[in-house]
Amino acid sequence: MYLTRRAEFSASHYYHDPALSPEENARVFGKCSNLNGHGHNYTLEVTVKGKIDAKTGFVVDLKQLKDIMNREVVDAMDHRHLNKEVPEFAKLVPTTENLAIVCWHRLQPKLKDAELHRVRVYESHDLFADFYGEDQ
Amino acid sequence: MKAYVTKRYGFPASHRLHCDELSADRNRDVYGKCNNPHGHGHNYELSVTLGGPINPRTGMVCDLGELDGFVTREIMARYDHANLNLLPEFEHLVPTTENLCRQIERIFLQGFKAAQVERVHIQETRKNSFSSGLLFD
Repeated sequence: MYLTRRAEFSASHYYHDPALSPEENARVFGKCSNLNGHGHNYTLEVTVKGKIDAKTGFVVDLKQLKDIMNREVVDAMDHRHLNKEVPEFAKLVPTTENLAIVCWHRLQPKLKDAELHRVRVYESHDLFADFYGEDQ
Repeated sequence: MKAYVTKRYGFPASHRLHCDELSADRNRDVYGKCNNPHGHGHNYELSVTLGGPINPRTGMVCDLGELDGFVTREIMARYDHANLNLLPEFEHLVPTTENLCRQIERIFLQGFKAAQVERVHIQETRKNSFSSGLLFD
C-alpha cells in the first residue's frame, strides 16, 4: 500500500555556477541566474510504501510522518533562501531535481516504519521533479 | 542516479469522434455526444516527463528551454487551436485522446534528443486523463 502526504513551503533561490562567466550563467540558467534571487511556493509530496498494520490499519503513523517532514524539510526551508541557508546548496544548484534529492536524503534515514517510495517536489503548478532513490 | 522532471503545457483544440467503418447509429452508440457532427473542444493539458541523470554542473535533467522550444515548434504549432480531425494523422484515425497521446509520444520519440521521454500524459478534462506509460505512479 502506498500513502502520500503533502506539505508546502515558500523559499527563494537562484541558479549560478561560479565556474562560469556572468554571460554563460545567463545563457545556461536564463532569468533564474539573477543573483538577487526569486521565489516559489513549493509543494512537497512524500510517498511511502508498506504493509498495513493489522492492529492500527495504518501503513505509517501519519503524525510521525508529518513531524518528520516538518522538522527535516519545512522548518529548514520555509521562508528561507535555499542557496544561503540550506547547507546542501552551498555548492549545489538548487534546481527542483536537486531539491527532490536533498529532501529524499533528509527524510529517508528518519523513516522507521515505512519505506520511502518517492519524493515529488512541485516548483509550480506546471513543473515538478520526482526522485525514487539511488537504486532507480 | 536517475531523476525525473515533468512539465505541463495547455492547448485548446476541437475534435469529433467518428469511425467511418461504423453505421451512423453505431457511431452514436459508441461515441455518444462526442459524435455530434459539428464537433466539440477541450482544454487539453499535456504533461511530458523526462528522465535521466542530473547534469552535475547545471543541476538539471534537461535544459527546460529546449523542451519548451520543442513543444512550441512541434506540438503547439500543430495542435494548439486546431481541429484535430483535419490533421493528416487523423484522416483515418479517430482523434480520441488515447490516439492523440500516442501521436504526441511518437513526435517526441522521433524528434526530441535532449533527454529521454519517459511518459506523455494528457488530461482531457478534470475527470479524464490518458497516459503513454505508468512510470511507477
